[in-house]
Amino acid sequence: MSLTESPLPSEGVRPRVRLTDRAPDTAVVERREPVTREVVFHARGVSVHYGAKLALDEVSLDIYRNYATAFIGPSGCGKSTFLRCLNRMNDSIAGFKLGGDLQYYGHDLYDARVNRVEVRRRIGMVFQKPNPFPKSIYENIAWAARNLGMRDNLDERVERALRDAALWDEVKDRLKSSALGLSGGQQQRLCIARAIAIEPDVVLLDEPASALDPIATASIEDLIHELKARYTIVIVTHNMQQAARVADKTAFFSLDQARVGTLIEYDDTPKLFSSPTDRRTRDYITGQFG
Amino acid sequence: MSAIPDPKHALTASGNLRRRQLVSRAFETATVLAAALAVAVLLILIYYVVKHGVSAISLSFFTSDLPAYDGVGGGIGPALVGTIEMALIATIIALPTGVLTALYLSQFAGPRGDRILRLMLDLMAGLPTIIVGVFVAGLITNRFGPSGLAGGLALSIVEVPLIARASLEAISRVPQILVEASDALGMARWRGIVGVVLPTASSGIVTATILAVARASGETAPLLFTSELYGQSFSVDPRHSLASVPLEIFQLLESGYSASVSKAWGAAFTLMVVILAANIGARVWLRRSERKRGL
Repeated sequence: MSLTESPLPSEGVRPRVRLTDRAPDTAVVERREPVTREVVFHARGVSVHYGAKLALDEVSLDIYRNYATAFIGPSGCGKSTFLRCLNRMNDSIAGFKLGGDLQYYGHDLYDARVNRVEVRRRIGMVFQKPNPFPKSIYENIAWAARNLGMRDNLDERVERALRDAALWDEVKDRLKSSALGLSGGQQQRLCIARAIAIEPDVVLLDEPASALDPIATASIEDLIHELKARYTIVIVTHNMQQAARVADKTAFFSLDQARVGTLIEYDDTPKLFSSPTDRRTRDYITGQFG
Repeated sequence: MSAIPDPKHALTASGNLRRRQLVSRAFETATVLAAALAVAVLLILIYYVVKHGVSAISLSFFTSDLPAYDGVGGGIGPALVGTIEMALIATIIALPTGVLTALYLSQFAGPRGDRILRLMLDLMAGLPTIIVGVFVAGLITNRFGPSGLAGGLALSIVEVPLIARASLEAISRVPQILVEASDALGMARWRGIVGVVLPTASSGIVTATILAVARASGETAPLLFTSELYGQSFSVDPRHSLASVPLEIFQLLESGYSASVSKAWGAAFTLMVVILAANIGARVWLRRSERKRGL
């Protein structure tokens, strides 16, 4: 990128005054997108404590709208922890404490007035293990939608969600039968359908394909490509090829010398995989680590 | 003292291993015998009750008024109705109390409150039921006289800890990832509990309730001071004493007339069959429906 193309800072991002005497994290390559790309999540110096234990430190990145952003890194590096911070799923863990600044469209996600039910209504999540409710396929999708007041044309809503999740043709004749009768890959797509049926703004995926076979994985990846046109996708994966295939931007997390998870590098996916700036990233993606 | 065996020696028992094997076998035999004895007691008991009770059984036995003091004529109809009615009253009180207690324990209680409340429930379950009867008698019957309501209340005290503990177990078997799924859909906590946790745990809760009802239906002591002095004929008004099968067995047997005693066996047979059937049925049903839910 030449200097003349130097982009403007995104709107809604307020400058943050550093109150610590730590040196700025030079490892993080800041690449602001042109203003047309809206920043959804704006993280600066985010840290996570579980009780006295520091689990994640100094995460600063921007996640852009309608992008698929991947978090990669070795086990225990905090990538899932950070993902779960984005819709406040960690709140129920005893001793969880978030430090730093984490904004969602310029709103402080951890402000005392923020209602986490509202947060999660806008920022949906799909989990590592498929977790359909022990209800019918139809009810799995209709339940939350109905409770959120989306009662009109519920049948169409269910059908649309199932079509978007590329599951409709496989289940249209047995919508009333139990979701637990589906295969693992189908269950995971049902969970994606369930998440998008309530029209969230962001979909977080926490290693959504790790429990699936290669064919089911491929169909989930195709799905992510289609979904990012309408949603902002953030995906945690331990599979680097998967990140390379689906993500526009990739963040590499790892452990620092004190065994604390941290963000090492964040860049456009092709750039991160072809010419990483940090040695640790290079070691990891060339298989010399973890 | 060389404990290292000669590797060339045949691999048969030698030295003190033979003695150790004998001790081991004797111990194993003792456990088998004890287990066989426990099962045998149940089987002999069932055989005895069936042998003495089955001859008293007829359709009119279940539909007639209670017999007169000498045990001639009549049946256990009002006692069956009373037992069902008081078990119903007890369950109406105990089911919501027990399930809400289990929900509090599983969803909201801190570790301290959790431990204390669990201990209390265990103590409550182990409470001699005669004390429950005395307690309710002192609290209610002494002021308002014996009634089906007082009897039902006493039985509910027997049921609450049973329902709470078993519901707690059913609720804690609901996978946490289902609760997370509900949270991640922007559902409030109570919505997830009503819409996901309780339906998933429902078969366990229903089973717990059936077992608690079976247990309460067989209780005598809680009714001794709370719903005694009932008449011979059918009565469904819970403001007055209601007859009950266990108490009727007690009174028939105590009167000592041969006709009464044979009716007592018949009533015991009826009670036993219903309770065993409820127990077995509830367990089978639980296993099947939990398998269907993937628990």
